[in-house]
Amino acid sequence: MLEIRGLAASINDKPILHGIDLTVPQGEVHAIMGPNGSGKSTLAYVLSGREDYAVTSGSVSFNGRDLLEMEPEERAAAGVFLAFQAPIELPGVGNANFLRTALNALRRSRGETELDAIQFLKLARAEAKRLAMPEDMLRRNVNVGFSGGEKKRNEVLQMAILRPKLAILDETDSGLDIDALKIVADGVNALRGPDFSALVITHHQRLLDHIVPDRVHVLASGRIVRSGGPELAHELEARGYAELVGEAA
Amino acid sequence: MPADTATLDAVQSVTQSGYKWGWETEIEMDLAPKGLNEDIIRLISERKGEPDWLLQWRLKAFAAWRQMEEPHWARVDHPPIDYQDLHYYAAPKKKAGPKSLDEVDPELLRTYEKLGIPLKERAILAGVDPDTVQSTQVAVDAVFDSVSVATTFRETLKKAGVIFCPISEAVRDYPELVQKYLGTVVPVGDNFFAALNSAVFTDGSFCFVPKGVRCPMELSTYFRINARSTGQFERTLIIAEEGAYVSYLEGCTAPQRDENQLHAAVVELVALDDAQIKYSTVQNWYPGDANGRGGIYNFVTKRGACRGARSKISWTQVETGSAITWKYPSCVLHGEDSVGEFYSVAVTNNRQQADTGTKMIHIGKGSRSTIVSKGISAGKSNNTYRGLVRMLPSAAGARNYTQCDSLLIGDQCGAHTVPYIESRNPTAKVEHEATTSKIADDQLFYCRQRGLTEEDAVNLIVNGFCKEVLKELPMEFAVEAQKLLAVSLEGSVG
Repeated sequence: MLEIRGLAASINDKPILHGIDLTVPQGEVHAIMGPNGSGKSTLAYVLSGREDYAVTSGSVSFNGRDLLEMEPEERAAAGVFLAFQAPIELPGVGNANFLRTALNALRRSRGETELDAIQFLKLARAEAKRLAMPEDMLRRNVNVGFSGGEKKRNEVLQMAILRPKLAILDETDSGLDIDALKIVADGVNALRGPDFSALVITHHQRLLDHIVPDRVHVLASGRIVRSGGPELAHELEARGYAELVGEAA
Repeated sequence: MPADTATLDAVQSVTQSGYKWGWETEIEMDLAPKGLNEDIIRLISERKGEPDWLLQWRLKAFAAWRQMEEPHWARVDHPPIDYQDLHYYAAPKKKAGPKSLDEVDPELLRTYEKLGIPLKERAILAGVDPDTVQSTQVAVDAVFDSVSVATTFRETLKKAGVIFCPISEAVRDYPELVQKYLGTVVPVGDNFFAALNSAVFTDGSFCFVPKGVRCPMELSTYFRINARSTGQFERTLIIAEEGAYVSYLEGCTAPQRDENQLHAAVVELVALDDAQIKYSTVQNWYPGDANGRGGIYNFVTKRGACRGARSKISWTQVETGSAITWKYPSCVLHGEDSVGEFYSVAVTNNRQQADTGTKMIHIGKGSRSTIVSKGISAGKSNNTYRGLVRMLPSAAGARNYTQCDSLLIGDQCGAHTVPYIESRNPTAKVEHEATTSKIADDQLFYCRQRGLTEEDAVNLIVNGFCKEVLKELPMEFAVEAQKLLAVSLEGSVG
C-alpha cells in the first residue's frame, strides 16, 4: 500500500507539488491524469528518489516503510519501479547484462538466490516473446538506437522481469501506435494481482481503455483536484482539463 | 630468475595512506652505490656475466644518453628526476615474508578477493615465503602448485621449440639471436629513456618462437605463477619467425608497489612473414597517495616491427596505476599487408596523469592499422591520448581506423586528445573518430532505479565504455581487468 500525505516538492527552488494526498491500496491500479506542467512527472521522480527534487514537506509510506528516507536502489529493492517517460540510453551496456545485473541485485537484497546467465536468458526470452519483442532486443545495448516505441516496450520488458510491487508508469503510452499500446497494456495487465499496485500517469484516456484503473485522479498545478472511478477519465476526455480543473478551483 | 621482491600494497581508495607490512625486514643486499657512470655500467655487466659485445653496446648507449636532454613535451608534470640519486644495480633480496595467509594484511586479501584472484595465487602474490610456510592448507597447495606448474610449462615450451627465459639467460645461452635483434626496433639513441634503459637494463624477458610454431600457451599464466620480480629498467625482446604465433601478457592486476620510482622499460617485438604477436599489458603500479605523492613513473618505450608480409602485431593495454604513465606502444608496418593494432583503456583517478597513445607508421603497401583508445578520467586527474598515424609515400592503399573516446567522471578531471595524422600517399585512407562524454546523472539514476548502487552503475557504464578493448584481452585477464576498473574507480563518484 502506498500512502502519500501532504507531499510538497520543488526542483531548483521552484515549487511544483503543493500538497498531494493519495492512497493506493495494495492490488489497485490508479491513474493520474492532468495537463502539461501539472507535476505528474515530478510526482513520479519524487516517488522513485531522483536527486534533483527536494521534498519540502509531507510523507510517503510504502508497505509501512518511509519511502523518502530510502536511496533509489533501496526503493527498487522494496519493489518500486519507474517506467521512464524518456528511457535513458546506456552505450556499450548490453540489455540482457543490464537486466540480469538489476534482477540479481534485487534478488540479493531480498535474500533470494541469484540467477545465472542461462536461467536468466530463459526467463528473459519468455517475457520478450510475450511482449512480442524480437529476441535481438536482449542483445542490443540498453535503449541505444531503439525507436520510441521500442524504448517503451523495453521498459515494460524490464518490469515483467523485475516484477515490482509498485509500478509507476510515466506516460508509457506516448509515442506508441495502437498495436504497441495493446502489447504494453497486456504486459502491465499480466502483472496485476493482489501484490501489485500501479500508478499510471497519462494524458490520454486511450491507454485506460486497455489498463482499466480502479481510481482516476486529476492533477493540476501540483494538487489533486478531483478523484473518481474509471468513468472520470471519459468525462475528462469529453470536457477537457480546463473546464474540469476550473470547476475544482 | 630472481626471487619475488615485489612489495604489495592495499588498493587505492580516496582516503588511503601508505600501508606498512607487519613482518620483519631481514634484507640481504648487494647494492651498487648510487649514481650513474661507466664504472656502474661495467659493474652491472660484470655481475650479470655478460659478453664484451653487450658491455660495449651498453657503453655506446650511455654515451648517447649523456648527449641527450630529458624530454618535456608530454602533458605531464613531475619534479625533476635526479639520475645520480638512483641505485642502478641491486641483487635480489630475500625477505622473511609472512608464513601463511593469516599473517597477510586482511585489506590486501580483500583486494585480491575484489579482483577475483584465485585463492591459490593469493599466497604467492602476498609474498608468503615458500621456505617458511607452515600451517594453512591454502598456502601449502599454492607452493606445490607453483613448483609443479612452472616445471610443466617449461617442458611444454621446450617441446614446441619455444625459447622463453630471462633476457640475461638469453644473452648467455642464445647470444647470436639476441645480437641479431636487440636494439633493431628501438635503437639505443631512439629517446632519452630508451638510451638509459639500454645502458642499465638488468631484467626482462626474451621469447623466440621458431618458424611455423604456435606457442602452446599464453605466456601470461607462466608469469603469474612465478610472481616475477619487478625491475626498474626491464628489457624485453620477442621474436616470431615466419608463420609463428605468440600471445604474451605482462603485468598484474594486483597492486604493485616498488621502492624504485622510475620505471623505464623497453619492449621490442619482431614479426616476420605471416607471424603474429599479441602483447597484452595490465598495469596497476602504485599511483601514489591521494595527493599523488610517491607514485611510480612509468615511462616506457614499446615498439613492434612488422617486418614480414602479412605480419600482425597487436598491443592491448589496461593502464590503471602509476602516478604518471607515459608510453606509446607502436607498430612500424614494413611488410606488405601487415597489420598493427592498438587497444587501450587508460584510467586516471585522484591525481594521476597519463599521456599515452600509439604510433602507427605505414611503410608497406596495403598495410592496415586499428586504434581504439578509451580514456577514463576521474578525481583531479589528467588523461591525454597522443597518437600518430603516418603514411609514407610507399604505403599505397594503406588504411587506418582510429577511435578515440574519453569519459569524464566528476567535474575536476581532464581529458585531452592530441592526434597527429601525416599522409604522403594519396591512396592511403585515414579515419579518425572521437567522442567525449560524461557519465550523465540520468544514466546513474536509471541504473539506481533498477536496483544498482551508484558504484555498480558506474562500473556497468565504464565497462560498457571499455567493452571493445577488454574483449581483446586473454580471457582470464579480461575478468580481472573488469574488476580492476571497478577498484580503480572506487570513490570516484559522489
